[in-house]
Amino acid sequence: MNSPARDDYAVHTVMLNLWYGTFQALFDINLDVKKGIITSLIGPSGCGKSTYLRSVNRINERLGYVRTEGTIEVLGKNILDANVEILQVRKQIGMVFQRPNPLPLSIRDNILFGHNIHMRGQKSSKFDREDVVESALRRVLLWDKVKDRLQRKATELSLEEQQKLCIARLLPVKPAVLLMDEPCSALDPKGTEAVEELIWELRGDFTILIVTHNMAQARRASEECIFMLMGKVIEHGATEEVFLTPRQSETADYIEGRYG
Amino acid sequence: MFAATELNQRDKNTQTLFRMGFMLVTALLILPVLLILATLVYKGGSIISAEFLFGDPTNGMREGGIFPALYGTVWLVAVALLVSVPLGVAAAVYLSEYAGDNWFTRVINLAIINLAGVPSIVHALFGVGAFVLFFGIGTSILAASLTLAIMTLPVVIVATRESLQAVPREFREACWNMGATRWQTIRRVVLPNAVSGILTGVILEVSRTTGETAPIMFTGAAFFLPFLPESVFDQTMALSLHLYVITTQVPGVPEALPFGVALVLIGMVLLMNSFSIALRMWLRGRKKW
Ligand SMILES: Nc1ncnc2c1ncn2[C@@H]1O[C@H](COP(=O)(O)OP(=O)(O)OP(=O)(O)O)[C@@H](O)[C@H]1O
Ligand SMILES: [Mg+2]
Repeated sequence: MNSPARDDYAVHTVMLNLWYGTFQALFDINLDVKKGIITSLIGPSGCGKSTYLRSVNRINERLGYVRTEGTIEVLGKNILDANVEILQVRKQIGMVFQRPNPLPLSIRDNILFGHNIHMRGQKSSKFDREDVVESALRRVLLWDKVKDRLQRKATELSLEEQQKLCIARLLPVKPAVLLMDEPCSALDPKGTEAVEELIWELRGDFTILIVTHNMAQARRASEECIFMLMGKVIEHGATEEVFLTPRQSETADYIEGRYG
Repeated sequence: MFAATELNQRDKNTQTLFRMGFMLVTALLILPVLLILATLVYKGGSIISAEFLFGDPTNGMREGGIFPALYGTVWLVAVALLVSVPLGVAAAVYLSEYAGDNWFTRVINLAIINLAGVPSIVHALFGVGAFVLFFGIGTSILAASLTLAIMTLPVVIVATRESLQAVPREFREACWNMGATRWQTIRRVVLPNAVSGILTGVILEVSRTTGETAPIMFTGAAFFLPFLPESVFDQTMALSLHLYVITTQVPGVPEALPFGVALVLIGMVLLMNSFSIALRMWLRGRKKW
């Protein structure tokens, strides 16, 4: 395989192994996620999709009993290095969860939460803040719906709107990578479609890595696709190829619904 | 079809029986409270007046008002709160947000539970030994309030910890994922959402502190003082102790007097409780989830 320049990768993972206590959840993961495109991550339940995602922003460490080996380079820097500031890692890598989890604050303060944390010390007038709120909400196609009720509780929004808000609140700190763990699975079909559309819309400005159980969604909404099975990467390629002409028999089996 | 069978009817009767039973028990629980209040109002209500509340006791505490005791109790409770709330909240935040589950925190938890079970007279002795004698504060409001604070600390810690843990994990994860430190998470999201629960603990504590007699008796409250305390290093009179004194130590006290004092004591607790409950409801209404 001819290797393209390292710069083309947003996430460059080499020989990543991960243990929860004594249980090994990831085995020798080698993965390159290309910059600026949407990559989907599929595989049966328990194969380690979330685990991989959660190691890319190092949120797994919170558990305390997780051990990681290998390297994960994000934008050319190994985030598992000892001298890496974890708060900066999380600033560069935003995460969207399965269940929308807006903070128990107003819509406006949800958007400004990250902004206020990371832009502290730099002067930001009230005027700037209004700009930040408006542009983030516009970016997720929510502005017109909520512009008159920015002070209302974020939890009053519909689930679809909440999920969009959760994406919007990442934008003010300008992350490079967006990790999404089944972002549509709590939504109804209409909400799913709207959020999918939004994700597609964000393509190019962000590198997006999205876990999904929905084959149709992976096929519709991603340019590259990774198939994982029992903690290993089985196949990684252009989405169309993975779905139409899978190289591995396990991939074919999964896509045709022969696993749970 | 759809007609009630005999079995349905039997189930319904049982259901009614149990509902009535539970209701009766609940009513019985309220009864003593009502009876106590009624007795106090009936026997002591007549004595309540502005002079009673704001006057000095006269004639060997057999007549006159109770102002010095009232004033002293407010001081004792306020200083105790000022000490125990910040300490208790800080400890609870550490235990629930920072500390993991290890032998150290388990020992601390055990200590808290045991502290909650220590009788108040033991706290009193501890207060005398530690604050009055060892630290040389002398019998004073400060020593008495510190004793009260220690006694009520477990309540504050437990209530705070429980309300912190009631804040959903997802909120914390969301904050961490945006690169917030633990402290930023606690200050901006966790604490604001736990205030109403913390207040519950404080309410409980206020009620208890106001009524306690033993812990303040040897540490800072006096039977009778001809002047008001001027600083926390002075001794003071207190309502609870005053009540104890005039009912047991002073002969020839008119019957209405102790009932009046008790009424004021309970009234004070009720007043503070309703204030805190109102505050709590207001805070809850502002809660954004
Ligand atoms: N916190 C944890 N502690 C211990 N084991 C865990 C933990 N989280 C996940 N695992 C285990 O690691 C393996 C991978 O889990 P992971 O959540 O990454 O799977 P997944 O592919 O995201 O599954 P799903 O599609 O159900 O979300 C599973 O066997 C799971 O039981
Ligand atoms: Mg998962």
